[in-house]
Amino acid sequence: MGMTMTQKILAAHAGLDSVEAGQLINAKLDIVLGNDITTPVAVNEFKKAGFEKVFDKDRVAIVLDHFVPNKDIKAAEQSKQCREFACEHCVSHFYDVGKMGIEHALLPEQGVVTAGDCIIGADSHTCTYGAVGAFSTGVGSTDMAAGMATGMAWFKVPSAIRFNLTGKLPANCSGKDVILTIIGMIGVDGALYKSMEFTGEGVKTLTMDDRLCICNMAIEAGAKNGIFPVDETTVAYMEGRCERKPVVYEADADAVYERTIEINLSEIVPTVSCPHLPENTHPAKELGDIKIDQVVIGSCTNGRMEDMEVAYNVLKGNKVADGVRCIIIPATMQIYRDCVEKGYITAFIDAGAVVSTPTCGPCLGGYMGILAAGERCIATTNRNFVGRMGHVDSEVYLASPATAAASALTGYITEPKEA
Amino acid sequence: MNTKGSVFKYPDNVDTDVIIPARYLNTSNAAELAQHCMEDIDAGFVKKVQPGDIMVAGWNFGCGSSREHAPLVIKTCKTGCVIAKSFARIFYRNAINIGLPILECEAAAEEISAGDEVSVDFDTGVITDHTTGKTYQAQPFPPFIQSIIKKGGLLASLKEEN
Repeated sequence: MGMTMTQKILAAHAGLDSVEAGQLINAKLDIVLGNDITTPVAVNEFKKAGFEKVFDKDRVAIVLDHFVPNKDIKAAEQSKQCREFACEHCVSHFYDVGKMGIEHALLPEQGVVTAGDCIIGADSHTCTYGAVGAFSTGVGSTDMAAGMATGMAWFKVPSAIRFNLTGKLPANCSGKDVILTIIGMIGVDGALYKSMEFTGEGVKTLTMDDRLCICNMAIEAGAKNGIFPVDETTVAYMEGRCERKPVVYEADADAVYERTIEINLSEIVPTVSCPHLPENTHPAKELGDIKIDQVVIGSCTNGRMEDMEVAYNVLKGNKVADGVRCIIIPATMQIYRDCVEKGYITAFIDAGAVVSTPTCGPCLGGYMGILAAGERCIATTNRNFVGRMGHVDSEVYLASPATAAASALTGYITEPKEA
Repeated sequence: MNTKGSVFKYPDNVDTDVIIPARYLNTSNAAELAQHCMEDIDAGFVKKVQPGDIMVAGWNFGCGSSREHAPLVIKTCKTGCVIAKSFARIFYRNAINIGLPILECEAAAEEISAGDEVSVDFDTGVITDHTTGKTYQAQPFPPFIQSIIKKGGLLASLKEEN
């Protein structure tokens, strides 16, 4: 029986010729990741269990990104604990303030993850790396601790839903509109325990930033992982970037999928997820009477260079509407620097926006843009659960950078113009 | 092994942000975190819950973030068990890894009401609602997962293997 792309990667890492959906396997890990919130719990478990060293100092990545630069004393203590552990175990991929970025933008950018990898991360959005053709999934801190100690993790081999992409996105749409549309179609548990495998002629029309954004939100449909095939775009992205040699896996022609969903990219429209679930999607143009107090452009979903460029093209020479706070957060120091060099930051400030150093900050209601009762934010982040960005009576609307930036100028949810 | 207590009932898609809001994740101290368990969906939970009480919820319990703090606070509040129609996959994994008992049972999750007195026998997977007199059979864990639970969680089972 043919295997999906995910199944092939898992079989290879389990040392097996083939695997099938439902099979329990023990797989070798290429990278084990944690952040400043999940690593402290993992470190406590690691020590409590009596482990003395990590399986490979070059295969553990620890990124301080959620609450740094430290938001308060307790957060500072957590960062310190991560720093001390990284130092004690000579963790080579340790990223602190000045070098850090939001983990899921940073690791692909720095070439730490590559095609064919098997990766776990103690952060649910670890599924992002499927965009480079890796099997990558979010786990908890205990799994991270076990992974750091042994270099192995157990998995139940997932079945898959295939998304056959055709056509090409309209100019005012991006990967975010694709994944929000899909989550709206299948629901927040529509891919529970499964892989989301993206295939078809339309794949080649999507940029790496589109693909990273799409895989990033696979978890918002409950998926174990999202994954794209490796094509010329992926190879060009990885060239000179990845520290380990990419290994390309392809789904078998007779791979078994639970179902195939056809997505015509040409028919995608600017889409917004209304409170309080990502599946509650509506076309942006139907929400024009919803007034907003805040705009956030950033996060592991949409803080990449193309997202900054889209925001720049909308905001340059214009003014953020009165009464709206517009917060822009480039996801990595490289992106931040590129924004400085290209003059984007000046344009953002002239438009009346603020620009922060990389942080997950407001996305999870940490800091840098917390909402009061009754306030509304349109954000390029990934979750709009109750209280996600602040008060339990605040609201988050999820959208693309184009829609968020267009809304910043009007003060109402606004469909972006077709460039 | 079993538990008995009264039921706290929750809807579909209970996410980890309402189980333990991220604004409190600047510590990994379980007792401190547990003071905020379920705060954004059921502000009175922490004051009302008694050891052995049971959470009963709909589909996709524990969706969202990978934070292990979520099953940890539920366990630290001495909740005896969570019964749901289904669990989000990271929460499911985390609960097993840290030793929070969870059971999937659609009929029980549908029919059991808030405040019912319920007992669960983890060896057989039988759920008994003493208020209504009904019993339900939960889906058993695969043997591999049962062995992790019996050994006291993932790290304890790894230590035993090594």
